[in-house]
Amino acid sequence: MGDANVLARVLDWMPFVLTGFGLNVLMSLLAIAIGTAVGTFLGLGQLSQPLIIAVPSRLATQLFRNAPWLVLLFYCIFLMPYQVGIGGSVIVLPSWLRATIGFSFPVAANFSEIVRGAVNSVPRGQWEAAEALGYGRQSTLFRIILPQCVTRMIPPWMNLYALLLTATPLSVIVGVEEALGRTQAAVQALSDSRMLIPMYLALLAMFFIYAWPINRLSLMLERRFRTK
Amino acid sequence: MNASSSSQPLISLRGVRKSFGPFEVLRGIDMDIRKGEVVAIIGPSGSGKSTILRTINGLTPINDGVIMVGEIKVNDPKVDKVKLRHRVGMVFQQYNLFPHKTVLENVAMAPIQVLKEPRSLVEERARKLLGEMRLPDKADSYPGELSGGQQQRVAIARALCMEPEVILFDEVTAALDPEMVKEVLAAVRKVAEDGMTCILVTHEMGFAREAADHIYFTDKGLIVEHAPPAEFFTRASDPRTKEFLSKVL
Amino acid sequence: MIADIQTFFRHLADSGINLTIFYDAFDFERFITGLGNTLLLILLCSFFSIVIGAIGAAVLTLSKGLGAAVVRGYVALFRNTPLLVQMYFFYFAIGSIMPVTKNDIGLPVPLLGSFSWAVISLSLYSGAFNVETFRSGVGAVHQSYEEAALALGYSRMQAFVSVTVPLALRFSFASLANNLVDLTKATTVAYAVGVAELLYVSNQIWSDSLNTIEMMNVMLLIYLVLTGAVVFIINRIETAMRLPGFGLGGV
Ligand SMILES: Nc1ncnc2c1ncn2[C@@H]1O[C@H](COP(=O)(O)OP(=O)(O)OP(=O)(O)O)[C@@H](O)[C@H]1O
Ligand SMILES: [Mg+2]
Repeated sequence: MGDANVLARVLDWMPFVLTGFGLNVLMSLLAIAIGTAVGTFLGLGQLSQPLIIAVPSRLATQLFRNAPWLVLLFYCIFLMPYQVGIGGSVIVLPSWLRATIGFSFPVAANFSEIVRGAVNSVPRGQWEAAEALGYGRQSTLFRIILPQCVTRMIPPWMNLYALLLTATPLSVIVGVEEALGRTQAAVQALSDSRMLIPMYLALLAMFFIYAWPINRLSLMLERRFRTK
Repeated sequence: MNASSSSQPLISLRGVRKSFGPFEVLRGIDMDIRKGEVVAIIGPSGSGKSTILRTINGLTPINDGVIMVGEIKVNDPKVDKVKLRHRVGMVFQQYNLFPHKTVLENVAMAPIQVLKEPRSLVEERARKLLGEMRLPDKADSYPGELSGGQQQRVAIARALCMEPEVILFDEVTAALDPEMVKEVLAAVRKVAEDGMTCILVTHEMGFAREAADHIYFTDKGLIVEHAPPAEFFTRASDPRTKEFLSKVL
Repeated sequence: MIADIQTFFRHLADSGINLTIFYDAFDFERFITGLGNTLLLILLCSFFSIVIGAIGAAVLTLSKGLGAAVVRGYVALFRNTPLLVQMYFFYFAIGSIMPVTKNDIGLPVPLLGSFSWAVISLSLYSGAFNVETFRSGVGAVHQSYEEAALALGYSRMQAFVSVTVPLALRFSFASLANNLVDLTKATTVAYAVGVAELLYVSNQIWSDSLNTIEMMNVMLLIYLVLTGAVVFIINRIETAMRLPGFGLGGV
């Protein structure tokens, strides 16, 4: 069997695997959307003054940041209902959607820390200057502080997204048929141990081509923002 | 002080040129420093004073010209760096003590690790030097626990402990509070009076005037003029020197 | 005493919270084995990943040529691909071309088992992050310290080892703690290649004893304690190595 033959067989299976990769991308996009939204609230919650908001926000952030992704995934797969009833209609939650929700928790916690870190990186003097001008705490945060540090949150947010994407194959363990699952299926169908390395390399390349430019761009932006 | 003008210079620079990218920082520097001589380099900021010092101990490689320290040709790419830096010590503006080593270790580590001298001998010498720098009880402190003036005196002891033939001082008082300037200048003067060859870059005109045997004035990468202090401060001829002196004096 | 504890948890089980690991000897043993393997994974991979990180950062700092390019490529590859796929690649793909030995009774045994592959894979993955951590630690050390060492006759290599590295280490702790927490969490991925670590045995226990929620909570709690312990230990080391007048808050 020649090298060209190996390549041809890998290419044969690529549409099949790429369809699975589409699911990885879909899960990552949904999870980053949910995680960013929830994480914004958690992060602002951590920064808020009433302890009744700050303490639970901090606890939730720490809990979901320090729990292994796979463990959170297991929670969502085993403990979440297979379907939920909203109003009269019943919505079925397929396992990829439950996995997506599982990924959203650590993303939210990580983004919460990004928000907190960015706000805390604004010098104290800015708060004092705003206070001296008669701004309240809320309006200082939203009108003075956050506009300054939104750009600073973009690079770590992009890194978080790349990290999330590379975590999505974990869902294969709970039965989601994404790119890794499909690669395993393809390898089984090929039943040729010489195809193992090329098939897995192709899968690695797929993730690399998607994630590497994101991390590069994030690094470039970080440098740009730092020099400003 | 006790310079014998007939003998060979210990250090000589001939036509030294240095560029950083397109920007020529040194544009042909000539200098001669004899053994035991104290030389001060003064001049406006950015005129290349620090760069001159850094070329002498090879920290900054040059593009053109010749630098000799004794029989060592500094601009030779195969120069023995250990031998060169054994002979040429340096004290920096920001002290640059190693924060993870105690004062005694800072002073003694290079002779032990680089010159491979026996530890007991070096430490004894280091303690003696710390005594001379009036820091005998600071041997076991960390640099971060000392004042700027004390740190700079440790840095001088560190340079001396290598037993060099010449020490380069680069604006050693520029980072200090006024009350500490005096104690460091006193330490530098003591080093000079003990016969050490010294090249100092300084903004302290009074000190240059009384401590130096010879003064070089640099501007835009050139040595504009040089003379013994008495002459330099009273009869400077070049308009650039006059303008500079009128500003700082 | 032990009997009392067992009795207590049996009663607790009757009231709906079934923690078999505290009264059933078999489950207890499985659980302890899993915990031990997780701890072993954390210790071994921490060690190897730190060694990899240190070597990688040293190469990046001291060499500009091929060595640096290789390290940069390694970091980019391992950071931008999924850990799980890396582990499968090592275990299934590379494992398939590894020599096989025979055991006492003549059965084929792969040269490297799942535990070894998990250690290799996790160390390489975490090592890539540590390269960047130590590399930026080196970047945080002001160049003037190296210069002072050079002026004292140190070679670049000597200056790197006795001045830059000890200072860089002190700038690296926060990020290193972060990486080691991530590593601790990532050891769960070894589950996927059948390493009997904490998640794996917990899964076995809840499948047999039907106490999914209880076991998940116990497991989660243990991981929180473990990550907390990692942070605590690194902080202790950092404090012990803190230098007066130097560091993030200092000069
Ligand atoms: N490593 C370097 N790369 C690029 N430019 C440099 C470098 N070192 C020095 N320069 C430039 O060379 C010029 C001379 O620098 P140098 O430090 O020798 O001046 P100086 O006379 O010591 O000034 P100061 O009194 O401010 O210390 C400056 O314009 C400086 O910006
Ligand atoms: Mg200077």
